[in-house]
Amino acid sequence: MEVDTSLSQSSSPVPLPLILQRPSVPAILIAQGAEALLFRSTYLLPSLPCALKYRPSKPYRHPTLDLRLTKHRILSEARVLTKCRREGVPVPGVYALDEGAGWMMIEWVDGEVVRIRLNEWLSRRAQEGVPQGVEDGKLVGLMRRIGSAVGRMHGVGVVHGDLTTSNLMLRPVPAEGVNGGGMLDGEIVLIDFGLASQSTQDEDRAVDLYVLERAFGSTHSKAESLFTEVLGAYEKSFKGANIVLKKLEEVRMRGRKRSMLG
Amino acid sequence: MALECINLEHVPASHTIHAALFQNIKNASFLHQQLLAGNTEFEYALIDASVIISRLHALAAIYRAVNDLLGNKLRSRNVHSEIVFSLSPNNNIAESFRRFGISPETTSLLVIKVSTPSSPAAGEDIQSHLSKVVDGEQVDFSDGVLRAMTDMVRVKKIYKLNYSSGVNGRGKENAVYGSDRTSQDSKELEMLILGSMALRGATN
Repeated sequence: MEVDTSLSQSSSPVPLPLILQRPSVPAILIAQGAEALLFRSTYLLPSLPCALKYRPSKPYRHPTLDLRLTKHRILSEARVLTKCRREGVPVPGVYALDEGAGWMMIEWVDGEVVRIRLNEWLSRRAQEGVPQGVEDGKLVGLMRRIGSAVGRMHGVGVVHGDLTTSNLMLRPVPAEGVNGGGMLDGEIVLIDFGLASQSTQDEDRAVDLYVLERAFGSTHSKAESLFTEVLGAYEKSFKGANIVLKKLEEVRMRGRKRSMLG
Repeated sequence: MALECINLEHVPASHTIHAALFQNIKNASFLHQQLLAGNTEFEYALIDASVIISRLHALAAIYRAVNDLLGNKLRSRNVHSEIVFSLSPNNNIAESFRRFGISPETTSLLVIKVSTPSSPAAGEDIQSHLSKVVDGEQVDFSDGVLRAMTDMVRVKKIYKLNYSSGVNGRGKENAVYGSDRTSQDSKELEMLILGSMALRGATN
């Protein structure tokens, strides 16, 4: 069987952005979506890690349009991130960007996404034979922290657009006790604002919550019953949250997309 | 204290950065005058160190200017003026020089020289020239020394960060950023400044 040795060398199918062809600590491809590649790289110093989000150009798009879309998306994501950060919403800070070249460097967030931690925790509990609803303190705490982080973001006029447990990170808190505390400990950091926008519409906010609720239902069904904890903390996190929760009931009835009939 | 030679991540080795920090400058108006006169002997970024909060703050501006140089996107005369402009949160070049550049009143001065293939500069030559023309005491280009020079009130005003780290009223239990407040605060301030600088010029 033929083995393509070049494959193991190139970490990504698309050519590296020019920025990563310049001397630095080698970048590592950590995620690839439809629109962007995410690398772990370094900012200014070899000792300062960063996340580099690169939006390669799409060959099927008209070059002018392609450049415009890329620029627009990089800038709007960076704007939303800096806005959140200024207002104290836990998100990665923006280090540098080159919208023409299609990249943005942001703060590297340590830790793991909630989806992974939560599934590990749930499966460990299942193995230990702990019935659902028992010793849920840690889980309740996590759900509440998620609710208040999301509420805080909504409170400053930002909607995420793709709230899933893969876009919530748990960053270890250094002060926390021996051996890093529990699996569900840590500070919630919201990531991936690629689909985010600035909006204070209850409809948009409710859709964020609905998407998150569905994400819990589909990937952590054992934790779904505790989603009320998310909503409870959300309700207390900003003025007007209760109206969003009303709206959420409406969204649940009809789904994420608004009916365009009539 | 000697000139420091720095190579930044994602910058070609051909573009070496030299940095020197001075305090108790006595001839700021002379140096300022050389810039205004366009004296080519003084191809430096002369930055008022009282508006620099950390090494990273300065390095971020240098990186942006060099990256813009490499991408042929300089908005000002050369890479050195671009470094000063890169510190700015807005697009007003003249204002950025007034705020971040040397003025006759400057007492602490950060000097940056970028050596490029088209105008290479050797460290020893830069050091000996600076020793000759800058009437001041050369000190370590370090966070600790910079911090003692920083005019925080002015920095916060320039970057419009008057409410420190996201305190925008409405009773905020600051659960977001850990416990250790002071060093945390200045790290947070740095992060916000880097964000403002990165977004400068973002139109569309």
